[in-house]
Amino acid sequence: MSSRTLSLKLRIWRQDGPGQPGDFREYQLEAVSADLSLLEALDQLNERLIEAGERPVNFEHDCREGICGSCGFLVNGQAHGPRQATSVCQLYLRQFQSGATLTLEPWRASAFPPVQDLVVDRSALDRLIAAGGYCSVNTGQAVDGNAMLVGAEQARSAFDTATCIGCGACVASCRNASASLFVAAKLAHLGQLPQGQPERARRARALQQRMEEEGFGSCSSNLECEAVCPKQISADWISWMYREGRRTAG
Amino acid sequence: MSGCPDPRVPGGPLADRWRRHREAMPLISPQRKAQLRLLVVGTGLAGASAAATLAEQGYRVRVLCFHDSPRRAHSVAAQGGINAARPGAIDGDSVSRLFADTLRGGDFRAREAGCHRLAEISSGIIDQCVAQGVPFAREYGGTLATRSFGGTLVSRTFYARGQTGQQLLYGAYQALMRQVEAGRVELLSRRDVLEIITVDGVARGVVCRDLLSGALEVHTAQAVLLATGGYSNVYFLSTNALKSNASAIWRAHLQGALFANPCFTQIHPTCIPSGDAYQSKLTLMSESLRNDGRVWLPLRPGDDRDPARIPEQERDYFLERLYPSYGNMVPRDLASRRARELCEAGHGVGPGGRSVYLDLRDAIASAGRDVIEARYGNLLEMYERISGADPYTTPLRIYPAPHYTMGGLWVDYQLMSSIPGLFVLGEANFSEHGANRLGASALMQGLADGYFIAPLTVTAWLAGHGTPSVDEAHPACREALSRTAARIDALLQRPGPRPVDAFHRELGAVMIRHCGISRDAKGLRSGLGEVEQLEQRFLTEVRVPGHSEGPNPELEKALRLSDFFGLARLMLRDALVREESCGAHFREEHQTPEGEALRDDANFAHIAAWEHRPGAEPLRHAEPLAFTLLQPSTRNYR
Ligand SMILES: Cc1cc2nc3c(=O)[nH]c(=O)nc-3n(C[C@H](O)[C@H](O)[C@H](O)COP(=O)(O)OP(=O)(O)OC[C@H]3O[C@@H](n4cnc5c(N)ncnc54)[C@H](O)[C@@H]3O)c2cc1C
Ligand code: SF4
Ligand code: FES
Repeated sequence: MSSRTLSLKLRIWRQDGPGQPGDFREYQLEAVSADLSLLEALDQLNERLIEAGERPVNFEHDCREGICGSCGFLVNGQAHGPRQATSVCQLYLRQFQSGATLTLEPWRASAFPPVQDLVVDRSALDRLIAAGGYCSVNTGQAVDGNAMLVGAEQARSAFDTATCIGCGACVASCRNASASLFVAAKLAHLGQLPQGQPERARRARALQQRMEEEGFGSCSSNLECEAVCPKQISADWISWMYREGRRTAG
Repeated sequence: MSGCPDPRVPGGPLADRWRRHREAMPLISPQRKAQLRLLVVGTGLAGASAAATLAEQGYRVRVLCFHDSPRRAHSVAAQGGINAARPGAIDGDSVSRLFADTLRGGDFRAREAGCHRLAEISSGIIDQCVAQGVPFAREYGGTLATRSFGGTLVSRTFYARGQTGQQLLYGAYQALMRQVEAGRVELLSRRDVLEIITVDGVARGVVCRDLLSGALEVHTAQAVLLATGGYSNVYFLSTNALKSNASAIWRAHLQGALFANPCFTQIHPTCIPSGDAYQSKLTLMSESLRNDGRVWLPLRPGDDRDPARIPEQERDYFLERLYPSYGNMVPRDLASRRARELCEAGHGVGPGGRSVYLDLRDAIASAGRDVIEARYGNLLEMYERISGADPYTTPLRIYPAPHYTMGGLWVDYQLMSSIPGLFVLGEANFSEHGANRLGASALMQGLADGYFIAPLTVTAWLAGHGTPSVDEAHPACREALSRTAARIDALLQRPGPRPVDAFHRELGAVMIRHCGISRDAKGLRSGLGEVEQLEQRFLTEVRVPGHSEGPNPELEKALRLSDFFGLARLMLRDALVREESCGAHFREEHQTPEGEALRDDANFAHIAAWEHRPGAEPLRHAEPLAFTLLQPSTRNYR
């Protein structure tokens, strides 16, 4: 760790609630430690705002270690900020130059209605999972886990797609606000495992249909989703998903 | 000290108590189940698995969680793995060994019958999760892979890279969402449960705040299940997710539920040390790293050379030196204490001499960087991101941090609290771990509670009890609602200048100082006074901006912190009365000449269960612990 400090200008989208007007407001941070995360810098700003009698900036967060998928907003137009494979809670200030301006604004997608400031409602992603993103197994009826052999590579590949944290960055960075990467990841996770086979076709159809119903756009292959995904889920899975769709249609 | 409620542990030979008990439990017809409403609070591993299973059985389940999505519960962060004793394990593992490790690991401060049941159920959990599509690591031949964890000599930990909790939670979450789609679960997210409703001493519902609109809501049911997780955030800096809180269990305690062993807090030895004053949390580095990483410190105090330039003979691999048979794999309390002592003796490295090295050099040299990267890649990446240092070329710097709370609401063998109809699952209860939790056993306990135990015991309770319906108009509901509203109003009217976090940081400092890795009577007494004063200052000096309508994260924090004050005092009090050292509870006054924990089985072989008494000191009850299969012995990892 260093003892470097820096000064930053934060331009933050402030909006009291859904349907209310919003605008950018500027805040100056002086001599903040480069070892802080961006969210910790926001904590510091918020303490100052509270002391000054202003409403603190609302942003979503919980684990602060890149695993829960709560956090997420645009930093200088990029979902989760400039660092690859990083959720915004894992973005540390040492990443930035002193004197830099950071513009923070919420995910923008019609399937994600605004809540306040940097917070949006991503429950559409839960409804996608509810549509069929599971194996239909009742408790207490499972067979021996070793009765189904899963090759190490296959397990690893399924795992790689299962790591999606549901942050919604892929949707926010897509010009059509498509949830294709999120959906493809879930289909690929379950579709690569023997347990997922019986419902594979139904699952693919159900999720893709729900995606449309929830107001997500369609994929036009601009690959922005892959670039911003903190879990580095490959957009190749989207093509895989389309093959899956054709397979099931026929 | 006085008697404790009946823990309702069945009798007979230990090995088949659960089976016989299960088979004798009363059942409920599907038609009747469809008329019974259950409330599940929390959607971590324990809550999601319980809600999904109960809904699958035919109950009408309403689920409340704090997060915007059930998938974000703190369980998602568990890294290392989940234990299970599988039939046919080649290294000699068995249910009775897992049972013995759990009981011994908990330093004989857990119920024997509960530990045995957990070990019996463990294998079924893995099968259940595999069937749901949890992508556990596999051997090349396709069978499930395992690794070993602190405190054991066998390899029984199942894992999904460093993200086991995430994958298990997604399995449970998906099972839950399946029931939501089927219309059997009503999911209400972004709800903060702030009060428990009891009618004639029986739990009938909760009051919660809708975190978007700010509206207070009353939810009633025939039984309430709390699965709200642990309370390490009382220390401010901990490995827990920032929203982890004690509100629901603390409010239940104030309504009459006994609180057991509040002082048993696990301090995890391998966390990234704290740096800046504004740091908001501590990040765990899974202890599975200790499989390959060697822990050391410079022999000479104050040696601040680059670790690469410290020659072998000037390094102290202190865990290997002190514990030749377990070495770096000793249980968490031992590893934490030894690290702290050496740091205090001036051997520590990093800012303020508050860390020790966890060195992967030898493992990389023998197994190759690729193998280490495949094993721990995501953890090491996280370390690099947070600390800015490359763990492949310089040793990681780690230090102990508050992590897991073994204490929680007291529950009987049926997972029911001392309030009838109020069940408590997962980290929110106190069960099974005793004074120290072995790695990879919390996930196991949460899922055992949720998938396999509560669904049966809740049914058995409902079958045997009249289940009148209570609605919102009931005076008990109105009373609970107005209590909550009054609390919120009072917080919003504080005239002070200081934000909530400033007080929370101070509370954390007091707790870590007096009730952390080690404790003594003087410190604990002084801690009690300090917490009291801090709470008084909080009440006059805090500023909670905004109002009760609409989102107000500062109000959420203020409510959480106001509950932590009471809990902190109970933790200090509990630690003060327990005049022995056991597991994570280390009283300086009670140690062996070698500096190990000195248990007092004659006086403290019991669970301490605290009763809240309005306007008076809390009352300590003791539930005696008896052991049949395994007699209390000194934990020896040397
Ligand atoms: C970093 C880390 C790593 C870990 N690694 C391991 C490991 O490798 N192996 C292992 O066995 N254990 C591990 N643990 C411990 C384990 O993860 C937890 O003990 C376990 O996941 C707790 O699960 P739970 O279901 O009881 O609670 P949680 O997962 O904490 O869930 C709590 C739920 O309750 C809800 N909630 C809380 N309060 C309220 C309220 N007031 N109102 C409404 N809802 C509320 C939340 O929204 C959430 O849904 C680890 C813990 C940490 C912190
Ligand atoms: S696919 Fe990636 S970007 Fe999209 S929700 Fe999942 S983790 Fe986030
Ligand atoms: S806060 Fe959990 S992923 Fe960022």
